[in-house]
Amino acid sequence: MPAEPAALPLPEIDGAAVAAPRGWRLPLFPIGAIAIFLIVAIVAPFLGLPDPHEQSLRSRFKPPVWEEGGTWAHALGTDRLGRDLLSRIVWGSRISLAAGVLTVLLASAFGAAVGLTAGYYGGRVDAVLMRITDATMSFPVILLALILAVTAGPSFTNVVVAIAVILWARYARVIRGQVLTLMQLDFVAQARIAGAGAWRIITRHLLPNTLGTLLVLVTLQIGYVIIVEASLSFLGAGIPPPTPAWGSMIAEGRDFVTSAWWVSLFPGMAILIVVLAFNLLGDWLRDTFDPKLRQL
Amino acid sequence: MLRFVAVRLVQSLVALAIISVVVFVLARATGDPLHLILPMSASKEDFDNARRYLGLDRPYVEQYLSFVSRAVTGDFGTSLRARRPVGELIRERLPNSLKLAAFAMGVSLAMAFPLGIMAAVRKGTGIDRAAQIVSVLGQSLPTFWVAIILVEFVAGRWQWLPAGGISGFSSYILPGFTLGWFVVAGLMRLLRSGMLEVLDSEYVKLARVKGVSERRVIWMHALRNALIPVVTFAGIYFAILVTTAIVVETVFAWPGLGRLAYEGISSRDFPVIQAVVLTTAAIVAVVNLCVDCLYAIIDPRIRYAR
Repeated sequence: MPAEPAALPLPEIDGAAVAAPRGWRLPLFPIGAIAIFLIVAIVAPFLGLPDPHEQSLRSRFKPPVWEEGGTWAHALGTDRLGRDLLSRIVWGSRISLAAGVLTVLLASAFGAAVGLTAGYYGGRVDAVLMRITDATMSFPVILLALILAVTAGPSFTNVVVAIAVILWARYARVIRGQVLTLMQLDFVAQARIAGAGAWRIITRHLLPNTLGTLLVLVTLQIGYVIIVEASLSFLGAGIPPPTPAWGSMIAEGRDFVTSAWWVSLFPGMAILIVVLAFNLLGDWLRDTFDPKLRQL
Repeated sequence: MLRFVAVRLVQSLVALAIISVVVFVLARATGDPLHLILPMSASKEDFDNARRYLGLDRPYVEQYLSFVSRAVTGDFGTSLRARRPVGELIRERLPNSLKLAAFAMGVSLAMAFPLGIMAAVRKGTGIDRAAQIVSVLGQSLPTFWVAIILVEFVAGRWQWLPAGGISGFSSYILPGFTLGWFVVAGLMRLLRSGMLEVLDSEYVKLARVKGVSERRVIWMHALRNALIPVVTFAGIYFAILVTTAIVVETVFAWPGLGRLAYEGISSRDFPVIQAVVLTTAAIVAVVNLCVDCLYAIIDPRIRYAR
C-alpha cells in the first residue's frame, strides 16, 4: 500500500469555498423592528395614547405633526372620524402580530404532526395524509377566509382558523420530506432496536431534528399571514370595525388618498416594516442554520 | 414515465374529489340556502315546494353525486345574483384571470431572472444586496396598498395608465406589476442560490479552466442547471399567485374569477363560490401535475423515487 506522500499540499486552495464561516452578524434591523413592535403591542394600554375608538368630528383629517395644521396631540394625524392614527396603528399592531403568531403556531403544530405521522408510518397512512395535504394546498386561502367571513361572520377567530386550516399543508409537506430522509439514518433503526415505540421515536428522535426547519418556516410565514390578514380586513372579511386593524384602516383611507394621504399611508408603512422584518429574519435564519432549505 | 404520469393524475383527481366534498359540505353547513333565495314573506309551503323543486329534500349523498356529475360537465347551477348559469359566468371571467396571471408571471420572471443572476454573479457586492432588497420588498408590501398607491399616482394624478378594468394592453400593466412583484422574491432567491451552487461546482471550474468564456459559463452552464429547483417551486408559486390575484382583481376592478368570487361572497351567491373554488383548485391541480411531469423529464431520478 503506497504511503501518502507527506509533501503533497493540503487542499487549501478550496479552503475559501469550503469553510469560510460567514460570522455571526446578527440582523439588527429585523430583530430591532420586531422587538419594538412586540413591546409596543404589549404595553399599548399604558402608553398614554388617545383612545383609538374615540371619534371627534371637530378634528377630522388632521394632518401629521410636521405638516401645516398638525399638532402633537395627533402625531400621525387623524382619520375620517377624527380618531388618532398613531393610537390606531399601535392598537392595530396587537391584531396583526397576534393573528400572525397564533395562526402560524396552530398551523405549524398541526402540520408538523401530520408530516411526522405520514413520514414515520409511510405506506397507506402517508398516501392518505398526502392527498389531503395536496387538496388543502390547492384551496386558495383568501377564498376560504371569505366564505367563513360571510357564513360565520367576520371575526378574529375566523380569520385565524381560516388561514391556519390551509397553511398547515406547507408544514406537513416539508416536515414529511425531512422525516423520510431521517428515517433512512441509523439512529432511528437503533432506537427501534433499543425498543423505542412509535411515540418515542417521533417525539424524541424525529421532531427535534425538524425543529430548525420549523423555526425557519414559522418566521417566514408570519409575514405572509400578516399580509393575508390585512388583505382580508381590507376586503371587509377580516377583523370587523371599529376594532383598529391595519388592513381595514387602509381601506378606510382609500377614498381620501388625494386629500388625506396619511390615513392609508401610515398603516401600510406599519405592515411593510413588520412583514419586511419577519421576512429578513426568516431569510437570515435559513441562510445561517439551514442553507439547504432554499424552497421555504 | 407513463406510470408516473398515471399515478400523479389519479392523485390529482383524488385531491379534487376531496375539495369537492369540502365545498359541498361548506355550502350545506352554512344554513339553508332557501333563506337566501325565497323572499322573507315565503310560507312554510313555499319552502317545501322550493326544496322539492331544487332537490334539496333528497339524501345528502344523492345531492352530492348529482352536484359532482353536473359540475364535471361544467354545469354549476344558476347564480342567485346574476340569475344566469354559473358555467357561463365562469367561461366569461376565466380567460381574463388567466391572461392577468400569465402577464404577472411574465413580470415576475422578467424581474427575477436578471436580479437572481446578477446577485449570484456579483455575490456579496452592492448589486447583490440591492437585488435582494428589491425582491424581499415586493414580498413585504401588501398588494392592495401598492395597488392603491399606483392607482392614485400613475393612473390618477399622472394619468399614464388606466386605473382599472380591462381595456387593451395598457390596463394589464398596473395589476400585472402589483401581482408579479409580490411573487418575485421566491423565484429570485431560488435562482440566486441555484446559480451560486452551480458556479461553485467542479464542472464549472473545469469549463473555466478549459477557457470557456465567463458569459458562456453563466448562461450555458450555470443557468440551465440552476433552473431545476425553480421548476419544483412553480407549484407553490402558482398557488400564491392565484390567492393574491383575488385581492388584486378586486382593487383593480378586473373582471376575472377573483372578483367574481368576491362579488359572489358579498351577495352570498353559493353556486358561484362553489364553482370558483372548484375551478381554481382544478387549475392549481393541473399546473402541479404539469410541473411534476416536467420535473420528471428534467430529472429522471424523480420517476423512480419511492
